[in-house]
Amino acid sequence: MTRTDHTPDVRAEPPPPAPTAAGARILRDGLLWSAGVALLLLSVAVAVTIGPARISVPDVWSAVASHLGLGEGRLTPIRDGIIWNLRMPRTLLAAVCGAGLAVCGTVMQSLLRNPLADPFVLGVSSGASTGAVVVVVLGVGGGAVSISGGAFIGALCSFALVLLLSHTLGGSTDRVVLSGVAAMQLFSALTSFVVMTAADAEQTRGVLFWLLGSLSGVGWSDVWMCSAVLAVTLLTCLGHARTLDAFAFGRDAAASLGVHVARTRIVLLCTTALLTAALVSSAGAIGFVGLVLPHAARALTGSGHRRLLPVTALAGAVFLVWVDTLARTVLDPQEVPVGVVTSLIGVPAFVLVLHRTRRST
Amino acid sequence: MNREKRGTDAPGDGLRATRVSREAGGRIILDGVSVAPPPGTTVGLLGPNGSGKTTLLRVMAGVLAAGAGVVTLDGRTLAETGRRAVARRVAVVDQHAVTQVDLSVLDVVRLGRIPHRRAWSASGPEDEDAVREALARTGLADRAAQSWHTLSGGERQRVQIARALAQQPRELLLDEPTNHLDIQHQLELLALVAALPVTAVVALHDLNLAAMFCDRVTVMKDGRVVAGGTPSEVITEELIADVYRVRAVVTPEGPDGRPSVRFLPGEAVHGRPEHDERAGP
Repeated sequence: MTRTDHTPDVRAEPPPPAPTAAGARILRDGLLWSAGVALLLLSVAVAVTIGPARISVPDVWSAVASHLGLGEGRLTPIRDGIIWNLRMPRTLLAAVCGAGLAVCGTVMQSLLRNPLADPFVLGVSSGASTGAVVVVVLGVGGGAVSISGGAFIGALCSFALVLLLSHTLGGSTDRVVLSGVAAMQLFSALTSFVVMTAADAEQTRGVLFWLLGSLSGVGWSDVWMCSAVLAVTLLTCLGHARTLDAFAFGRDAAASLGVHVARTRIVLLCTTALLTAALVSSAGAIGFVGLVLPHAARALTGSGHRRLLPVTALAGAVFLVWVDTLARTVLDPQEVPVGVVTSLIGVPAFVLVLHRTRRST
Repeated sequence: MNREKRGTDAPGDGLRATRVSREAGGRIILDGVSVAPPPGTTVGLLGPNGSGKTTLLRVMAGVLAAGAGVVTLDGRTLAETGRRAVARRVAVVDQHAVTQVDLSVLDVVRLGRIPHRRAWSASGPEDEDAVREALARTGLADRAAQSWHTLSGGERQRVQIARALAQQPRELLLDEPTNHLDIQHQLELLALVAALPVTAVVALHDLNLAAMFCDRVTVMKDGRVVAGGTPSEVITEELIADVYRVRAVVTPEGPDGRPSVRFLPGEAVHGRPEHDERAGP
């Protein structure tokens, strides 16, 4: 009956024939992804050349090729060392952290239906920091618990606290964020307490720098560990891509679309907590990447997670590679912790998103 | 895959709730409710606020678990059937769908295909067909690209019904779908629902709308079913006084001689004895 009784909408365009539309979409996605991967590779290559020692992009290729066994090294050991042991792991870890934080932010925003969710805002990063500091400074676990293990336990504790608090407070967007603020304050205080009472001066300096979020002094082991956790998380989340879409209209709507809501939330929130913990134990609590990048990526791909997640990861990787390059060069020879720069960029973006949510509700 | 199974299913007695009870916070919300909507009909679920309509619909959809009693789909309980399989049969439309995600009409309708797809599979031609048919049936074919946030309340509900149809359900549960709509859109939406080739259970506040569009009505009060039958059998002055505690004049002046209700001003009706033994189906 309804086909005839509606006045035609002036804005309406004729529906595009579906097969070609799907084809065009696949083509566009392919282009977007290849462009993203190319941009990321180029960014890494160029970012490695920037710094006090003058290095060219061909030098970088040559060093990488020789270490991968694809050619003779033509660089001096010092230059090779600068590229392979200092700048390369740092730049790659920046890419992995950027990708990981952006993916965590995307998943948290969708699952909690909260455009302001991100590992830093929700206090998960602070919890991870506390866990790591307790292991490092107090030696809890006697070496049986690694720094990352401590960070994971801390991350889970603070996540559980935030979810419990926000649930008892009613669960609205603002309540979740306020619970995150409370958790962040609590865990920062705990961290400071542990550092002030138990750490020596040397440890304190190191811990404080790391708490602000810093990629200085990372090595290949950090890169491998974080990459592995990122790969697992990304695959898990992509496997749940459609399920994440189903949360658009809330938990009950997702349940009526056949989603096991509680199981999905536990699996995905634990996975993101694990990734956050891995990233924090290597690079400290780098804030706001997970908040800002998902919104930017959604503008590119729309909200379907199958396409959104890979693009968010790529965007986050490119973003943090450049922000870290900026952080280590802008006050050369002094280094600014990368977390300081991301916060300087992130806070205005946070306000912008907050403003938009206020208007839309 | 379950399309072939549909033909061989045991004689489809559809979705039934049998003596379903549920408590929340020490209060009994549902107290032994049984409903069995005849397949293919539109059943109105009536009753004052807090009578348990919404909870009953959520239990029947499998979103909430029943404390006691069972909900069955063609003779098997919802738990046996499995959540995804239930979602391929039973679709739900809430009174007010809210999202902060920036979705197009097409995105929302595509959500209805989630129970039909495996985790890693791309959308197939049958998904596209179901989505296109759902859009066409709800008169939204030319609005597919429009953003959800630019739609009016009536249009949003129509999109939610399209999403529900994309699930290709045989049972459709609607919880006061007309609550936030103006009169034109209320009539339009219920006419659409009544014309759908599904078993529809619609919770409604407006007795005249229920009389106009429903094949049968079930009336709830304090978590129990107190009456059930055709609108002419059920919607009477006595029942309205009993269940809603207001005076009304009911005349057979609705379309096709269906009851038409006019409420009378004045004090509420007090002190009527309960008529629970009049219980319905």
